[in-house]
Amino acid sequence: MNVRALIFCVLWPFAAFAQGFAGLGSGADGFATPQPDPSFSFPADHGPHPNYRIEWWYLTANLQAADGTPYGLQWTLFRSALAPGDKEGWASPQIWFAHAAVTTPDMHFATERFARGGTGQAGVQAEPFRAWIDEWAMEGPDLNTLSLKAQGTEFGYEMTLAAEGPLVFHGQNGFSVKSAEGQASYYYSQPFYRIEGTLNLPEGPVEVTGSAWLDREWSSQPLSETQSGWDWFSLSFEGGEKLMGFQLRQQDGSGYTASTWIEADGGTTAYPDGAFRAEPVSLSAVAGRKVPTTWRVQLADKGVDVSVTAMNSNAWMPLTIPYWEGPVHITGSHSGVGYLEMTGYE
Amino acid sequence: MIRACLVALLSHWRRNPLQLFAFLAGLALATALWAGVQAINAEARASYDAAAATLGEGQFDQIVPKAGGSITQQDFVALRKAGWLVSPVIDGRHDGVRLLGFDPLSSPASFGVGQVAQTGNLAAFLDPGQLYSNAETAERLQTDIQIVIDPAIAPGIAVGDIGVVQHVLGRNDLTRLLLHPVQPMIRPALVDLVPGLRLQPANQTSDVGELTDSFHLNLTAFGLLSFAVGLFIVYSAIGLAFEQRRGLVRTLRALGVPLGFLVILMLIEILLLALLGAGLGIVLGYLIAAVLLPDVAITLRGLYGAEVAGTLEFRASWWASGLAIAVLGTLAAAGGRLWQIWQMPLLASARPRAWAMTSGRVQRVQSIAAIGLLMCAAAFLWGGSGLLAGFAVLGLFLIGAALALPVVVRPVLRYAEHAAKTPQYRWFWADTQQQLPGLSLALMALLLALSANIGVATMVSSFRLTFVDFLDQRLAPELYVEATDTAHAASIEETMAKLDVPVLPLLTIDIEVRTQPAQLFGVRVGPTYRDNWAFLDAETDAWDQVEAGAAVIANEQLARRAGLWVGDEISIAPGVSLPIGAVVADYGNPKGQVVIGETLFRQLHPDVTLQRFGLRTSEPQQLRDVLTNDLGVANSAIRDQSAIKAFSLQVFDRTFTVTAALNVLTLAVAGFAMLMSLLTLADLRVPQLAPVWALGLTRRKIGQLELLRAVVFAALACLFALPVGLGLAWVLLAVINVEAFGWRLPMFLFPADYVRLGIYAILAAVAAAAWPAWRLARTPPNALLKVFAHER
Repeated sequence: MNVRALIFCVLWPFAAFAQGFAGLGSGADGFATPQPDPSFSFPADHGPHPNYRIEWWYLTANLQAADGTPYGLQWTLFRSALAPGDKEGWASPQIWFAHAAVTTPDMHFATERFARGGTGQAGVQAEPFRAWIDEWAMEGPDLNTLSLKAQGTEFGYEMTLAAEGPLVFHGQNGFSVKSAEGQASYYYSQPFYRIEGTLNLPEGPVEVTGSAWLDREWSSQPLSETQSGWDWFSLSFEGGEKLMGFQLRQQDGSGYTASTWIEADGGTTAYPDGAFRAEPVSLSAVAGRKVPTTWRVQLADKGVDVSVTAMNSNAWMPLTIPYWEGPVHITGSHSGVGYLEMTGYE
Repeated sequence: MIRACLVALLSHWRRNPLQLFAFLAGLALATALWAGVQAINAEARASYDAAAATLGEGQFDQIVPKAGGSITQQDFVALRKAGWLVSPVIDGRHDGVRLLGFDPLSSPASFGVGQVAQTGNLAAFLDPGQLYSNAETAERLQTDIQIVIDPAIAPGIAVGDIGVVQHVLGRNDLTRLLLHPVQPMIRPALVDLVPGLRLQPANQTSDVGELTDSFHLNLTAFGLLSFAVGLFIVYSAIGLAFEQRRGLVRTLRALGVPLGFLVILMLIEILLLALLGAGLGIVLGYLIAAVLLPDVAITLRGLYGAEVAGTLEFRASWWASGLAIAVLGTLAAAGGRLWQIWQMPLLASARPRAWAMTSGRVQRVQSIAAIGLLMCAAAFLWGGSGLLAGFAVLGLFLIGAALALPVVVRPVLRYAEHAAKTPQYRWFWADTQQQLPGLSLALMALLLALSANIGVATMVSSFRLTFVDFLDQRLAPELYVEATDTAHAASIEETMAKLDVPVLPLLTIDIEVRTQPAQLFGVRVGPTYRDNWAFLDAETDAWDQVEAGAAVIANEQLARRAGLWVGDEISIAPGVSLPIGAVVADYGNPKGQVVIGETLFRQLHPDVTLQRFGLRTSEPQQLRDVLTNDLGVANSAIRDQSAIKAFSLQVFDRTFTVTAALNVLTLAVAGFAMLMSLLTLADLRVPQLAPVWALGLTRRKIGQLELLRAVVFAALACLFALPVGLGLAWVLLAVINVEAFGWRLPMFLFPADYVRLGIYAILAAVAAAAWPAWRLARTPPNALLKVFAHER
C-alpha cells in the first residue's frame, strides 16, 4: 500500500522541492533496491532497513463507539534516509516523521512530528517490537499484540491491538510493482487487528472498538517520473474478506493499478495492472480543491462492484505535505468499511 | 507672473551667494549629524532585531539549566519522549564568532534560523554540514565546514545544524531547549522529568534592545544638540535674507503682486532650499555614520555583547526622519519672518532694521524664558525620575543657559564701556554691545558646543579615572582559569594548593532579586577581596559578615534598581533573606550582582559546579605553563588580568571615541555659525563703521578691533560655558548615568583641559572672525563714503 507515503519521503527533504517532481526518477544513490522473490526474516524485518531510502509503519483503523458513532484513526511512522546506512548521534542520515489523525463524522484532527535518527528521539526496534517518535509509540512483545498512542493539541488516543490473522504479502510474495517501468517496493500487511481503546477528543474521552490494518513497506526508488498521484483503498467486507487496491495516476490521464484480494483466513490473490478499477463518482470541495469522495470500485474477478463513500469528506491532512486520508463505508455488491487515501489533488 | 516673481526673489541668493551657502551649509550640517546618529541607531536596532530573530530569544519560552552548566542530550530525548515539544540549541563561541546550532527538524516553524534550512539544501545542511553567516562574519571563521553567505543572519553569528556546531565546538551537550508555542494535550510536570532544568518564559530573556536603549538615547541627544546648533545658522541666514528683501517685497507688492501669493512663493522657495540642504545633509550624514559605525559596533559588543553590523544600509527610517526634521526646522525658522512680511504695511520704510534694533522688550522676554526654563529643569531634577526626565533636565538646563547668555553678557559689556579709558575703547565696547543681538545666536551655539565639550570631557575623564582604579580592584587575580569539568577543577585546585597559589573560586548562578534578573556570586573571602574592594558604602565588618554567611554585598546597579541600600534585607533564595553589608561600585556591568560567601553559596546551590577560578601569583607566565603543560588547561581557557583589563579599557575608550567625535563636530558647527553671523553682519555694519572711519580710525585698526571683539565674545562664552558645562557634567554623572547604567560616578575637575578648550574656542572665534575682519579692513573707501552720500 501507501504509495502515498512515497511523496512525503521522496519529496522529503526540503531539497527535493527545489529539484521538482522529476527528481524522483533519478538514480538510487547507493541505496539498496527491492529485488523480486524476497524472503523475509521476522521479527528482524519488522524493524528498520536503513539501506533503503524510505520505509513506513502505517496503521489505519475503523472504529465505533458504544452508541454506534463511527470513527477513524491513523498512526504512521515514516523513515526517510538522506544516505544509506546509519551513524550515531546527530550524524545519523536517518530522518523520522509521523502523522496521527482521528476522524469523526463531522470533525477531523491531524498532526505531525519530526525527529532525527541517532539520538533516540525516534526509531523502530524489531524485538520486542517498538516504533516511536517522541511520546507517540506503537509497541508490544511482538507485532501481534500492540499498544498504540499519539496525541496532538486537541486530540489523542490510547489503544490496544491484537492480531486475529496472519501477515499478508502483496504483489509477488511481498515484491510490489508500482509502475509499468518496474519500480517496486517490499510490501506486506497485518490487516486482521482487533482494536480497542480511548479517543481523547475536545468534548471528552470516547471508548471505541473496531478493526485496524497495518502496512509495512520499504523501498528506494518507488515512483515513476510520469506519475502524478494515487488513490489507495483498504476495504474490509462484512464477510471477512478484504481488498487492498491502488491506482497510480499518470500525468497523461491513464493509470497503473494493483490489488490484493485477502480471504478471511489470510489467503491472498494478487492482481496485475488493470484488474482493479476505481472511478470517481462525485467530488467534494475540501481545503480549497476538489477531491473525489465517492468512488466506484470494481474487481471483476471477485464480483466486487461497490460504491466507496467518505465517512467525513473533510478528512484533509493539512500537514507539511497535505493529502486526504479518512475512513470510508462500502455499499453495493459488498458492504463494509475501510480507509481511503488520495494524493496529488492540487 | 509666477516666474517673474520667483526670479526676483531668487535673484537675492544669486547676489548673496554667501548667504545661500550659509543657509545650505547650516541646514546640511544640522541634518547631517541628526541623520548620521539616526542612521547608526537604525543600523544597530536592525542588528538587534536580526539577532533576536536568529536566536529566537524573546520569541519562545525556553528550558535552561537551573544552575549554570548545560543540558545533556538525554534530557532532550527524555523531554521529547514525555510529550514536551522542545527543540535543542547549542550556543558557543569559535574564532570570536557566536556559533548557534539547532535542529531544523524539531525547531518551531517561526524560528528564524529554521527558515535557513527550508530555503537551502537540507541534505547538505546536515551532512557534510554547512554554516550560515553574513559575509563579514564568514571572514572571521576559520573552519573546514562550508560557509554559506546569508545576509539575513545577524552579524557575529553563524548558524548550522546542531551536529555540525557540536563538532566544531568539540562538545556534545546542549545550551538550551526552545519550547514550541503549541504543546500536546498531556505532559508530565517538568520537575519530575528533568529536575535540573527550569522553564524560562520568553519575555524574561534579557533583551539587548532594552539594555542598549540608553546608549542610543545618548547618541540621539547629541544628534539633537547638533541639530539645534545647525538650526541657529539657518535661522540667522533666513533672518538676514528676509531682512534684506524687505525692499524687494515692498516693490513687488507696489507692482501689484498679492501679498498671499508672495508669501506662498517665499514659502515654496524656502521649502525648495530646505529640501536641497537636507538632501546634502543626508548624504553627509551617511558618510559620518559610515565612519563612526565601526566604533559604535565595537562599543556595543564590548559593553553589552550586542553585535552590530559594521556596514551601513540606506534605510528609509533615518533619511526620511532626517529630511522631515530639516524641513520642519527650516519652516519653524522661517515662520516668524514670513509673519513679519505678512504684517508689514505696504508703505512702510524698506530700511533694514539691521540687527541693532533689539528692544529691551525682547531682552526681557528672553530673560524670563531663561529663568522659566532653568526653573523647569530644577523641577524635573527634583521631582522627575527615569532617563527621559534626566534628558529633560539636560535639555532645559542647556537651552535656559543659552538664552541667559546675552542677558548675562550685556552688563559685563556695559561695565567695560564705563571702565574704558579712551574714547576709542568706549566706542569699541559700545559697538560690541550693539553687536550682541546679531551675534547672540552664534554665541549661544558656541556656548552649547563649549558646555557640551566641558561636560562630556569631565564625564569621560572622571569615568576613566574611576574605571582604571576599579579595574585594578576588581581584576586583582593575575590569571583566570576555566576548567573543563568538576574533576578537572578539583585537580587544578589541588595542584594550586601544593604550589601555595591562592585560589579564588568563581561560583555563579542567575537569580531574581525583586523581579530583576541578577547574578549571585559565591566568593572565598580573603585578602584579595578585603584589600582591593572599595565600597561605596559599607558596614564596618562587611567582609567578616559575608564570610560568616550573615550578609551580602550588592553591586550599585542592583541596589539602585531595587531601591535597596546598606542595612536593607535582600532575598537571595526562597526563604533566605540577608542584610546588605556593603554596596560596591561595578562600572560597565549592565547586570545586577549579589556576592555571598562560598560556604553559604554551596549550601544554597549544591548542584552548581565550580569551573572558574581566579589565581593570585607573582609569576603569571610560569603559572600559565604549569596550567597548560601539567594540568591540561587549554590556552584559550586561561585569561590573564592584563588582557582583560586592556579589553575593558578598549571598550571604554571606544565608547567615548564616538562622543568625542560628535563633540568635535558640534564645536565645528558652532565655529561655522559664528563665521556666518560675522560675515552677514559685516555688510550691514558698513553704515555703522563709516562714521568711525570718517573720524580717523584706520580700516586696519577697525579690522583689528573686529578680531578683538571676536576674542572678547569667545572668552565671555567660555567663561559662561564653564559653569554650564560643569552643571552638564554633574547632570550626566549623577542623573543620566544612574538612570541609564545604574551607577553614579564621582566627579573630578580637569582645569588644564578646560583652559585648553578655552584656547581652542578663542582660536576658533579668531579663525571665524578673520575673514570678515579682513573684508572689513579691505572695504573700499568709496563704499564707506557712499554711506554719507545717500541712504544706501
